[in-house]
Amino acid sequence: MKKKFPISLHAALTLAGLAIALYMIFLYAPEEMTMGEVQRIFYIHVPSAWTALLGFLIIFCSSIAYLWKRSQFADELAQATAEVGFIFCTCVLVTGPLWAKPAWGIWWTWDARLTLTFLLWLLYVAYLMLRNYLINPGRAANLCAVVGVIGFVDVIIDYMAIRWWRTQHPQPVIGGGPGSGLDPRMATTLLVSWIAFVFLFFLLVRIRLGIAQMRRELGDIRHILAFRASED
Amino acid sequence: MASLKIIWNIFAKDLRVEWRNRETLASMCVFGLLIIFLFNFAFEGAREETLRLLPAVLWVAIAFAGVLGFNRSFASERENACLEGMTLAPVDPSLIFLGKMLANLLFLGVAEVVMVFAASLWYNFSFLPALGQLVLIAFFGTLGYAALGTIFGAIAANTRMREVMLTVLQFPIAFWILMLSIDSTADALRGNPSGDWWSGIARVAGISLVFTIASFLLFEYVLEE
Repeated sequence: MKKKFPISLHAALTLAGLAIALYMIFLYAPEEMTMGEVQRIFYIHVPSAWTALLGFLIIFCSSIAYLWKRSQFADELAQATAEVGFIFCTCVLVTGPLWAKPAWGIWWTWDARLTLTFLLWLLYVAYLMLRNYLINPGRAANLCAVVGVIGFVDVIIDYMAIRWWRTQHPQPVIGGGPGSGLDPRMATTLLVSWIAFVFLFFLLVRIRLGIAQMRRELGDIRHILAFRASED
Repeated sequence: MASLKIIWNIFAKDLRVEWRNRETLASMCVFGLLIIFLFNFAFEGAREETLRLLPAVLWVAIAFAGVLGFNRSFASERENACLEGMTLAPVDPSLIFLGKMLANLLFLGVAEVVMVFAASLWYNFSFLPALGQLVLIAFFGTLGYAALGTIFGAIAANTRMREVMLTVLQFPIAFWILMLSIDSTADALRGNPSGDWWSGIARVAGISLVFTIASFLLFEYVLEE
């Protein structure tokens, strides 16, 4: 992995992607008719949401992989993803109200997607808190993997339950995404922005994985040193 | 048969411990009653108001009382290394889960009966016309809630600030069990204006069973050292 796709190239591609996305968001995409310039936050908001959701999917897969194969990499991947995914999910919750206020006139409403995002954010918080509050960090991998799996089951249930909840609930206000009469230039901008975000996401995850690896090596070195000191 | 006996032994052990110190059940009931009492004073209202608020008040009281009980369920096992003893026993960890979950289910169920009785008294409200449905909703809602509470209680017992950790895990994940239970309870108390009394219960039951099965399958990894 490292040789095939060096992290420097990854970083360069991410920067280029973000620059192109910025150009497209502000200069290429046409202005939305009713909401005006404010609508451009859409190209930050929606890709963040998709990436945050992708993050929890990765946590789920690596949790399963850990419980099944006991691979340390899967556990470190889950932790790195949780930390980065949490940032993206927070980004959704910050850009959402900023957009909602001028567009709808309110900061927040318990609409289906807002509720889902908020629950997803709470799941990230719970997962990260558990990681950091364990008395014996040696058990973190097992316990977090269990929460990762149940958390993902919960995400799926959220998607079904939000449709059952008080059936008079308004349909999602934020259009139906691409396909519901979105200008093709808008759809392209959204897609490019999302690709750039995914690159950024994986770049951050790789950096975080590097830190985890260094920490593990440092732990091993300390272990050896303590062992030698006890021998003397 | 042998596994039923193991489940029964763990369940009976929890009941015996509870019978001797009467801590969990008493604190759950008192806490639940206090919540209902506080809400009763906060919204003194007409019957229509009560109909609107009572399901939510009851389920909030159940949710908080439940968390109190689930915390004790595994916190008490950590004292004197009882949990290690149980883990070392040559039994399937999933059976330990079922035994503990059934005990939690029973404790919360008893607390619910007390709370519903008190609510009926203080709010001057009769639950009898919808009793059958309410029992079903309460059973399935509590089942899922207790299953999640049991596995998260076991997880939270490994953390500093375990009371906080259990709440942080339990509420977002048990969110829909509570919300859909409140919804179907309200529907049942109104006499099912939509004429469909079954689908609400089916949804609560569906979600609860999914979480119960997931917790059952994953529990062995929680005990594993």
